[in-house]
Amino acid sequence: MTQTSQISASRQAPGLSLGVVMPWLLSAAALVLLPMVFTANSAITVMNQMAITIIFALAYNMLLGQGGMLSFGHAVYMGVGGFACMHIMNMSDFFAALPLPVLPIFGGLVGMGLAIVVGSFSTRSSGTVFAMISLGVGELIAACSIIIVVFFGGEEGISGDRTYGLPFFGIEFLRQIEVYYLTAFWLMLSALLMFLFSRTPIGRIANAVRDNPERAEFLGYSQRWVRFHSFVASGFFAGVAGALFAINYEILTEENLNLATSGEILLVTFLGGVGFFFGPIIGAIVFTLLRTVLGLETELWALYVGLLFLVTVMYFPGGLAGLLMMHSPAVKMKRLRSLVVPYAKVLVPGAFAIIGAACLIEMVFHLRHAPPGDHQMTLFWISFDSHTILPWTVSAVLLIGGGWLAKRFAPEMANSYHAATSLDGGGA
Amino acid sequence: MTSALEITNLRKSFGQTEIIRGVDLSVRKGERHAVIGPNGAGKSTLYNLITGRFAQTAGTVQLHGQDLRGKAPFQINRLGLSRSFQITNIFPNMSVFENIRCALLWTRGYKYSFWTLVSRKQDLTDAADEILAQINLTSRRDLPAGVLSYAEQRALEIGITIAGGADVIMLDEPTAGMSHSETDYIVELIRQVTENKTLMMVEHDMGVVFGLADRISVLVYGEIIATGTPEEVRGNPRVQEAYLGTAMEDH
Repeated sequence: MTQTSQISASRQAPGLSLGVVMPWLLSAAALVLLPMVFTANSAITVMNQMAITIIFALAYNMLLGQGGMLSFGHAVYMGVGGFACMHIMNMSDFFAALPLPVLPIFGGLVGMGLAIVVGSFSTRSSGTVFAMISLGVGELIAACSIIIVVFFGGEEGISGDRTYGLPFFGIEFLRQIEVYYLTAFWLMLSALLMFLFSRTPIGRIANAVRDNPERAEFLGYSQRWVRFHSFVASGFFAGVAGALFAINYEILTEENLNLATSGEILLVTFLGGVGFFFGPIIGAIVFTLLRTVLGLETELWALYVGLLFLVTVMYFPGGLAGLLMMHSPAVKMKRLRSLVVPYAKVLVPGAFAIIGAACLIEMVFHLRHAPPGDHQMTLFWISFDSHTILPWTVSAVLLIGGGWLAKRFAPEMANSYHAATSLDGGGA
Repeated sequence: MTSALEITNLRKSFGQTEIIRGVDLSVRKGERHAVIGPNGAGKSTLYNLITGRFAQTAGTVQLHGQDLRGKAPFQINRLGLSRSFQITNIFPNMSVFENIRCALLWTRGYKYSFWTLVSRKQDLTDAADEILAQINLTSRRDLPAGVLSYAEQRALEIGITIAGGADVIMLDEPTAGMSHSETDYIVELIRQVTENKTLMMVEHDMGVVFGLADRISVLVYGEIIATGTPEEVRGNPRVQEAYLGTAMEDH
């Protein structure tokens, strides 16, 4: 899955071509225009959250995807960066002389400082040892949040007020939209810097160490130092994400450091796809949407996200980005249209099967957890009595019928996929 | 004559078993030196000792007069020694071109740089393309290395090994598992790319060794039993007895 991205990188001419600049320009334009389309405050909150998660996931992928380091405790670099920024916000004299948009630099530097300390011993080896050290350090710092109350604020955490900063061209960041543009600016800058990092000698060698550490050693590189550099850079951007979190929410707690947050970013990154630079971006967008939109609809949203993650790991190890890039040959050969019908034949019944399954899960949940006597429930805008046989039958029929149809047309879909993506049009 | 590699009384034990039992070997500057020996003679172990993959039990290995004891592979590489592996050891997910470019980074002084963009460095691109031309893989430039044929991967491995500009090249069975025509191709390639360099290679194929090497050492049960020109080794009765036997007459 990583192949395509790396090859296209090596083909780049020394100059900047339109194909390279275009995605960045489009992203920047989208970031500028989005709040004009989604004007609601809640939408802007979701977009801010998305931007922060994207930066964090991209930083995480510098380790996982680019460097082959599986970290179970990366939340601490974001969290500690955020806590430090919270403290800067509370230093009234200093903060009054500091424009808010500059604050993420401090978050980044603190995250980087912590990464230098931890990385000095954790990057000694990769694989399981690295993963275990990251887990241990993650736990350690999360535990410190209750012990070192001065810095972490104990159970209530640390809060502050972003508006006390030096007004930035008259902007005091009172309004959500102002914070949005600050976050979007840092998102573009961080993403661009992280992308460029992957194109530097150290970024390329990080890939080499990931694929074959021993060979890289025989090219003159110390695998430990290569990992250390990636780790420190990743710590910086995680700290930037932490600073943006502090600016957005004006409070940080133990939750920003703990293993649940660390695990979540692993899930986000993997869901999006570690093999491509833009994978974590997709992962962060999808995950944030699932959490906010699905989270409004059902208490069981985490179950569905978990299932999605499981399916991704088992069937699409390249993640959503890998799934998209699987179709790039079909796009190049302009055969995408030949896929529409066979895909619809599988995906539409498949969607019904998923809806059926979700209904069954929700009804079981309702049956078990609704207060006694409450038989009414609403699913997909339909209200019904969960104690009658009809909704159960409908759901089961959807699940079984949809599943059967999807399974029946799956070979056809696979065939048309191969036909559309192979050079000879699938004749072989 | 100065030696590029000087090995003195090298020993290596794994537990009770002594695999390398006092090897003395000197590889002269600019020569092509082959180490041959039957399976299990300790050829690969000797290699791994020289290149810092294993630590020796006793004895010394000197590269250009510098003791290599306790040095990590990357430190040894920086002193001017580069090696290939018996099992193809490339970066399979990267393009062929990337493989070579990565091999160039350190010696071209880019080191741990995070402020230069590799694609903007014309010298890197040119040098990598030059090596690709040398190993005849220009037409495969942008393919992922993992999809190359076996012989092409071996050629790429040699390309990676020489790219860093090391003056001592160590190849571990470069023609293992190859057909006759592939072997001829790789031997010719090795001859070209090691011009004016010191080559040390471990090899199984007699034809390769006698055609390519200036001097040959024969390793049997962890000891060098003979060193000399191909003719001298061919005529050595101990070698014939211990290892070559009838295989000699074929060549």
